[in-house]
This record gives sequence, C-alpha cells and structure tokens, in this order.
Amino acid sequence: MKGILGTKVGMTQVWKNDKAVPVTVILAGPCPVVQRRTVEKDGYEAVQLGFQPKKAQRVNKPMKGHFAKAGVEPVRYLRELRGFNPEGDTVTVAIFQPGEKVDVSGTSKGRGFTGVMKRWNFAGGNMTHGAHKVHRHPGSIGNRKTPGRVYKGKKMAGHYGAERVTVQNLEVVDVIPEENLILVKGAIPGANGNLVMVRETSRRPAAKRKA
Amino acid sequence: MNRGALLKVVEKQYTRTDIPAFRPGDTVRVNYKVREGNRTRIQAYEGVVIKIKRNGFNSSFTVRKISFGEGVERVFPFNSPLIDSVQVTGYGKVRRAKLYYLRDLRGKAARIKTDRARLGGKVEEAPAPAAEAPAEGE
Repeated sequence: MKGILGTKVGMTQVWKNDKAVPVTVILAGPCPVVQRRTVEKDGYEAVQLGFQPKKAQRVNKPMKGHFAKAGVEPVRYLRELRGFNPEGDTVTVAIFQPGEKVDVSGTSKGRGFTGVMKRWNFAGGNMTHGAHKVHRHPGSIGNRKTPGRVYKGKKMAGHYGAERVTVQNLEVVDVIPEENLILVKGAIPGANGNLVMVRETSRRPAAKRKA
Repeated sequence: MNRGALLKVVEKQYTRTDIPAFRPGDTVRVNYKVREGNRTRIQAYEGVVIKIKRNGFNSSFTVRKISFGEGVERVFPFNSPLIDSVQVTGYGKVRRAKLYYLRDLRGKAARIKTDRARLGGKVEEAPAPAAEAPAEGE
C-alpha cells in the first residue's frame, strides 16, 4: 500500500467545475528510503521512510550508523509503511494522482481532561426546568444490585485528543510535484504543522450505482 | 517556505486580479455566468455593495438591490470563476463598513450619497442611466 509522510499546512479552497472545494494542503516528501523490511529477514514486507532533514550534529551515534548504512542524509522522522516497496530511493508526491482516494493519519489536537459531552457527545442535562448542578453530567452510569458495579469501558470524562486518528477515503484534488504538495478534499486530523501519513485508501471503491 | 507562502502557491492559480476595486456603498454591476442546460449566458445583477468580507482568498462581497419591491441580497466570492466581470457604476459615500442598516430602509431613505471626491476626473464612469440597464433576469 503506497504512502508518503508529510505535514499539514492548512486549509483553503480551490475551484473545480465552478464549485468551491474545501481542501487541506499537505507538504509531503521527498522521503528517502532508509530501510526495506523483507519477509526473509524481518518476517514482513515494509519500507522505512524518512521525512524532514535534521542537522547531523543533532543525530546520536546509533542513528548516525543507521543513516550511514542507508546512505541518506539524517532525517527527523522515521515511519514504516507495511506492504509498500517503492522503486528508487526516494518517494515523492508524484506517487499520487488527482482523483485517487487516500487515508490520512495524524495525531489529533489534544483537548486535555474533558467532560462526557465533548468527549462522547452525551446530551447532558437540562439547562433549566429545575435542573440543579447536572447541566453537563452523564446521568446514570449503571444499574442497582445487579450487576452492582460499573461496566468496564463505560464512557466517562477523561483525557481526550492527542491520539492517532485516521480519516479514510479522502479524494486527492490536486498534486503539485514542484512544491511537494498534495491537496485532499476535506479536513484531516491534528493542528497545522503536524506530521501526517498519506496512504492509498484501505476502503474498497464504492460500487457503481445503477443509472 | 512558511505556511502562508505554501497556501498562496495553491491559491495563486485560482486568484482573480481582474475585479476592479470598490468599497461598501458603491453600486456595481456583476455580470454572472448562468448555466442553462448545456449553454451559458451572462446575467447582470446590479445593486449596492453592503458588505465586503475580507478573508484572504475566501473574500466575498454582498450586493443588495430591490427587485419587484422585494429586497434581494447576493453574495459573490471575489475569486469565483462564475463572475464574468464587475463594473463599478457608482461611488457611494458611507460611514460604515457594513451597511446592514439599509435593510430596514425603503425608497428615498435607502439612498446613498454619491462620493463626489472619488468621482473626480472619472466622470465617464459615473452612474449609468438606469434605463440602459434593466439588469433583471430572475
């Protein structure tokens, strides 16, 4: 499954067929191939891609050896992509064509400790009608003597965000190889500047509708 | 390159530079492309600019006119490819950036003073006679 590493630049809109299309701009690659995993040696097939140059003086000795072995300049980020065996020693945005569908993974914005309304979309309580101190509360979290405890995994308040999120089946609106940019339709996880992974979608193409 | 510069790279090819400069209070005629089946024709929409929303590439302006006794407002994105052209047909002198108060006014009260200072040497661009521009098409 082909893919590339990039950073989220931000959102804007473009005009396609006289319609404004909301797009997220991703600055992706060029990603050097740092290592190739093979079935014989590692038990699985994958490629390790690097992204964003890093000053050589900031690289520690073990990593220096790793980069020297691959013969590439040191990079800030290393990520593996399963089942992808790119030709050549760099991956650029040119692997994607406009119209293709992709999945985009990234780290969502951290929201800290949040209540159940924001975190799980609970309805909360009444604002009026005599409601007292239960405006944003979850309500009942269980039964009585049976089972006499709160079920594991019960949705409650807690830490929300800053986790890996994947948005599937986004359309590639445009690819600008000169500037290493990919434009995908719609929003992607995380803040601007975040590391994101753009991969060929794992969704199967939608069945053709009968006319 | 920083974030803004990269976004500009994307927006550049869609940015229009042929829209003339105008301000809230000015009267403009927007020649808008309308698709009917598989042919396009141009429809003129003339009225007072009551708002210019500044939002970079996503900026837009709102044009208000009275059509058959009913107030009509249309929002046009500055960079819309559907705008054929924009002509400034009158300069208005107003003291607000957003002329929402016009919505509550009718007839004579809703007039806007002509900005003679800006009219200056450009008298030929002065308000065209209304008879020449029916500007209807709805």
